[in-house]
Amino acid sequence: MGLRVALTGNHAVAYAVKLADPDVIAAYPITPQTSIVEKLAELIDKGELRARMIRVESEHSALAACFGAAVAGARTFTATSSQGLLYMHEFVHWVSRARIPVVMAIVSRTINTPWNIWPDHSDFVDQRDAGWVMSYAMDSQEAFDLTLQAFKVSEDPSVYLPVMVGLEGFIIGHTAMPVEIPDENIVKEWLGERRQPYVIDGSEPLGLGGLTFPEDTEDMFYHIQEAMNNAKNVIKKVDEEYGKLFGRKYGGLVSCYNCIDAKYIAISMGAWSGDLVEAVDKLREEGYPVGALRIRYYRPFPAEDIWEIVRNAKGIVVFDRAISFGAWGQIYTDLVAGFSLYTNKLPQMANIVAGIAGVNVISEDFYGILKSFIDKSESGTLERNYFAWIKVRR
Amino acid sequence: MLYEIIFLGRGGQGGVTASNILVQAAIYENKYGQGFPFFGAERRGAPVAAYARISDKPILRHGMFNEADILVILDDSLIKLGIVKKYTVRDNGTLIINTPEKTIPRDQVSTRGKINVYAVNATMIARELGLIVAGWPLVNTPMLGALSAATRLVSLENIEKATLYYFGSKLGAKNVEAIKRAYMETMYLSEV
Repeated sequence: MGLRVALTGNHAVAYAVKLADPDVIAAYPITPQTSIVEKLAELIDKGELRARMIRVESEHSALAACFGAAVAGARTFTATSSQGLLYMHEFVHWVSRARIPVVMAIVSRTINTPWNIWPDHSDFVDQRDAGWVMSYAMDSQEAFDLTLQAFKVSEDPSVYLPVMVGLEGFIIGHTAMPVEIPDENIVKEWLGERRQPYVIDGSEPLGLGGLTFPEDTEDMFYHIQEAMNNAKNVIKKVDEEYGKLFGRKYGGLVSCYNCIDAKYIAISMGAWSGDLVEAVDKLREEGYPVGALRIRYYRPFPAEDIWEIVRNAKGIVVFDRAISFGAWGQIYTDLVAGFSLYTNKLPQMANIVAGIAGVNVISEDFYGILKSFIDKSESGTLERNYFAWIKVRR
Repeated sequence: MLYEIIFLGRGGQGGVTASNILVQAAIYENKYGQGFPFFGAERRGAPVAAYARISDKPILRHGMFNEADILVILDDSLIKLGIVKKYTVRDNGTLIINTPEKTIPRDQVSTRGKINVYAVNATMIARELGLIVAGWPLVNTPMLGALSAATRLVSLENIEKATLYYFGSKLGAKNVEAIKRAYMETMYLSEV
């Protein structure tokens, strides 16, 4: 057993980074991320972390600095939120396509305008096509564990992709919860030395990033997709190893609650999955055969894993905390696309968009939606799949 | 069982620190906890709430609440301003006030059922011990002593231990003294 202390999600991320012993950290402050890099700066100042902190003039430069250092062989970390992440977006693609392992925390905050500092998943899911492995935490402990595991996954030779770890600002980022910090030496031995596909440190002449012809470029795309597939196994293996060493195993890319005998399954990602589990408990007490499935990794998207769990379900309700304007919630969209590869008959489905820009969604809300969906399905009055907003003032 | 606690005070009085120390104290008792500020921006001097949840089981729910089992008032001027009654104390709950007063105006408290009211003069304790930062008496830690005395939610010993962990032994020692005094001086006022 390691040390158990009360840490906010942001400080939990910072302590996980400390244990990963990075060489370079570069960041630009933005609410609600700032307390991660403040804590890291404090740890460097106290001599508890021997990393170089590069202060930069923007988020674009923060990731560029991390990239440059990482290419030269350094283990690097940065963190950002919302507009900062969007400003960084060009380099988000750059790093993954260069196949350079980097770890970044995204402390979710909605996207402006209007100016709003509260969380939803808009900033995080906006990165879904960028070639990063993407995980999302449910509490401070998981933010800690996912951050530490991100270094292991990112630097696995069958993956060699950057990894971002998401957590909602305030709801997780600023909430102190018990976090167990594992033994430094065991972590060090488990994580090992920095690994990456190539190093440019001036010791040998090597040119990269020049004009590349269509077939070669397409080939590089194909290999990123292959690496994503490999990442699925690596994530599961890392989850197993971590469970054995440190006592916490989450179940891989998804985490299930009462799914085995469930006729109806609710799917979600992030902190509100806890509130959803409370709703499932209450519905179970009332005899409703319902379970909750939580997406821990959004990329690679675990469509196959989820389908294995829900294939016998009669109905599925998907909760999205973001929307692709003009379409639907991103998780729902990905799920339907993924399921269509495994079946030609989709279950009854509903997509609920809620909790935008920090709107409080509690277990009673989940309870009401699920109960209504199941009641309609059971009485045969659920005529077709549907999409809806809840709690929105029209 | 899950207890939901609100620390109501003014920005700068240390409500968030109190909620974080309470969670650390709960950890020492193998309990679970959450401590968090009002989600958003705060201003020094303005009325502000900090939140905590303590339970013997892992806490799954997130988010703010305005009904609590335990309501801790760090600044009694918020009572006559009508700010305290915006928060409801649940049936069988506890209201703990930092005040020299011996009675509280019933119409300024919102309850759901019967609650017990306790008082302690934490401002005086902080002043007498020189626990003052930028002109503000630090009432957050003594109010944790009062919380322990009034509710037994976490032991005095673990509040002290968590405070020392949080502040370090030098700064923590004076806070611990204030906590002990507040624990001893917390008085039962009435049932409301």
